[in-house]
Amino acid sequence: MIEVRDVYYTYPSGVQALSGVSVAIRDREFVAIMGENGAGKSTLVKHFNGVLKPSRGEVLVDGVPTTKVSVAQLSRNVGLVFQNPDHQLFSETVEEEIAFGLRNFGFGEKEIEEQTDWVLSFLDLTRYRKASPFILSGGERKRVALASVLAWNPKVIVLDEPTVGQDYRQKERLRQFVLEINEQGRTVVMVTHDVEFVADCSPRVIVMSRGNIVGDGEAAEILTDSALLSKASVLPPQVTQLLWQLSDLGLPRNVLDIRETKRLLDHLMGVEG
Amino acid sequence: MRVFEGLKFRRGDTFIHRLDPRTKFVVSTIIFVIALVFTELPFLIMLFLAQVPLIYAAKVQREWGRSIRGGMMLTIIIFATNLLVGYFSAGMNLTPSLVLYSVSLAFRFIVLMSSFSIFFLTTSPDDLSLALQQSRIPYEFCFAFTTAIRFVPVLANEAQTIMDAQKSRGLELERGNFLKRIRNFIPILIPLIVGAIRRSLELAEAMESRAFGAKKERTSLYILKMMRSDWIALSISALVLTLALYVRFFVGLPPLPLT
Repeated sequence: MIEVRDVYYTYPSGVQALSGVSVAIRDREFVAIMGENGAGKSTLVKHFNGVLKPSRGEVLVDGVPTTKVSVAQLSRNVGLVFQNPDHQLFSETVEEEIAFGLRNFGFGEKEIEEQTDWVLSFLDLTRYRKASPFILSGGERKRVALASVLAWNPKVIVLDEPTVGQDYRQKERLRQFVLEINEQGRTVVMVTHDVEFVADCSPRVIVMSRGNIVGDGEAAEILTDSALLSKASVLPPQVTQLLWQLSDLGLPRNVLDIRETKRLLDHLMGVEG
Repeated sequence: MRVFEGLKFRRGDTFIHRLDPRTKFVVSTIIFVIALVFTELPFLIMLFLAQVPLIYAAKVQREWGRSIRGGMMLTIIIFATNLLVGYFSAGMNLTPSLVLYSVSLAFRFIVLMSSFSIFFLTTSPDDLSLALQQSRIPYEFCFAFTTAIRFVPVLANEAQTIMDAQKSRGLELERGNFLKRIRNFIPILIPLIVGAIRRSLELAEAMESRAFGAKKERTSLYILKMMRSDWIALSISALVLTLALYVRFFVGLPPLPLT
């Protein structure tokens, strides 16, 4: 469980990125954090494993303040995958890249082998096992970065912009395994601008704007709240926008799902589905 | 990263900022030369104190302090190596003059760092580029030079992000013996260098697609002009330099009553 209590954070450059954020993320939850550029999303998640320490207030991970333990110790439980994979890839092979974190956390050679096998097949990277991470495409590098964190099996996985640079098929796979690791009992937190992706996953949605949390609730409720969304520069999913356009026909304003929309439209036109 | 912070240009409007970049460069170089010809500590201290009014006049004391603190580690290394080398080459004999000599060399480094810190803190990269261009240095070189300076803070920022990313993968920079600690930097340096190379290739492509170098003759929107204050600053520093050289080579300083 991650508890953020009235946290303020000011970067050394003087930019205040968080101004009084309080939020709790419970075990096994699936949370999406959305909001305009510079809203403080990445800054907030960097507090979860102690890479950033609050200027004021405190962040507790399983009851322990992040200021009391090292980033490495916290990261064992809270795996943070950074936005840009190029900020962390450095090994000669994908396999070595994945083993790096495992070695740091003191896994034995046999466990390293097993975990690497598992994560490579889970993320569809087995054929790149001996390849250099630098020759892979942007989307593949992103998956290697994710694999290198997922490998040590942290309780909480934090993904910063996981869908950027992924084509539709990869995004769909990403959605499936994000849901899968969540079902396996891990907490998943993702920072994203991709509203369609969030709508498809339908997690708890936290909306941030100018260093504050302005909305927090179920996807269906938050992603259809026009006043809230426009405050944080988020557009609702296209099906929702379509239904808003057609609201004078008596269609509901709080639908995210495309199948639900089809059913409503069929009904409106007198087609029995 | 603090060293770089201390070298980053801050917009300001003091008379030091308004001086011609060429003037500032010459003044910094003169301080540099004077510091190099003297190893006597009192003289170096004087040279250091002479910079203090300039720092306050330019209102950059905070940034300047930061760059000096950032360079402290190197200063200590300079002191230690000189002391150790002198100690062993003089047959394990620690004399007060050796200590004094090592302190002076470390202090000389502070003076050098300080003078260039003032230069970089008060001169915008654009001015620097103009100064180079008007000194008839080929534009390609000016561009490469100013781009390099401009990218220092960007790289410093990136290094910080990379460090955070690797710490998030369990890397503990401060763990292990000396060799292990050096090895710890490999996961930071490789992404940093690869990123820099990738960025420079992208920059080259972007520049070519904007017709960089299509025309040999370039004109500038702004033209640097030497003002009266520039000539005054130059004259004073030339005078100081002459005086310093005269004292060094024809008068000589009395040795400190230590030995």
